[in-house]
Amino acid sequence: MIIYTLSFYFFSSVAVLSALMVISSKNTVHSVLFLILSFVNASCLFVLLGAEFLAMILIVVYVGAVAVLFLFVVMMLDINFIKLREGFLQYLPFGALLGIVLIVELGILFLTNNLSNMSLINYSLFPEITSIENTKLLGSVLYTKYFYLFQLSGLILLVAMIGSITLTLRSRGKAKKQIISNQNDINVSQAIIKKKIKLGDGI
Amino acid sequence: MTITLEHFLFLGAIIFTIGVLGIFLNKKNVIIILMSIELILLSVNINFITFSAFLGDLSGQIFAMFILTVAAAEAAIGLAILVVFFRNLGSIEVQEINKLKG
Repeated sequence: MIIYTLSFYFFSSVAVLSALMVISSKNTVHSVLFLILSFVNASCLFVLLGAEFLAMILIVVYVGAVAVLFLFVVMMLDINFIKLREGFLQYLPFGALLGIVLIVELGILFLTNNLSNMSLINYSLFPEITSIENTKLLGSVLYTKYFYLFQLSGLILLVAMIGSITLTLRSRGKAKKQIISNQNDINVSQAIIKKKIKLGDGI
Repeated sequence: MTITLEHFLFLGAIIFTIGVLGIFLNKKNVIIILMSIELILLSVNINFITFSAFLGDLSGQIFAMFILTVAAAEAAIGLAILVVFFRNLGSIEVQEINKLKG
């Protein structure tokens, strides 16, 4: 149990610190890397909670896809990031006040044991880790009870794919490209032109 | 000293607050704002999975998975809009984003 406690505090502190670095780092590439660190630690916390499948999915989707997409965009766009930092200190007092108010309110809500004692539902004291593996259990629910929602989430991904392609696609005016139909339409009379050239003249 | 439900919930609350704070502080950099939204969604996921584990109900994990899907789609579309925005204006400041309307 002591290892569980220690690893919870370790992973959560690293996750919180790297989340802080995400929003306060000067270099945007560094904040993307800290975002990756934060997500990796969150997935370790998911393993502690007994949700191994989601932990792996979090690493695959976030570290493998979303963070790489962020890195790609950050590196592709030629942006003056120093200029974008202006106004950080200007908003800091207001933002800090708001953050403190929010965290105190949520702390009052969560840390006063109200949830466990006053709720109608009985919470177990420990995360319930079953002997059957998490992936199997998830699959047995996902493909039966939540089948239509699962299909719908696939549709959302399709819409996102089509949307991002149509947003970023542009026709380049000057670029030379091959049009197959035009090539096929050409017949002999267009392809070869006979010209009589006088002696000494060019074409 | 055992780790209870409240520990995980408070961790989610801290990450949520950091995400909101990131939106407030980085008013110019859209990329950081998108990353803050990812942090907020992560905190929501932490809450869902915590309740799922402590209640012994798998629905929370299923919904966390759907949130993950929607977050990935949102990140893709957000970055696509960002690329279009940068192509049009040459900067990614949020204050000028109203120039994008047709």
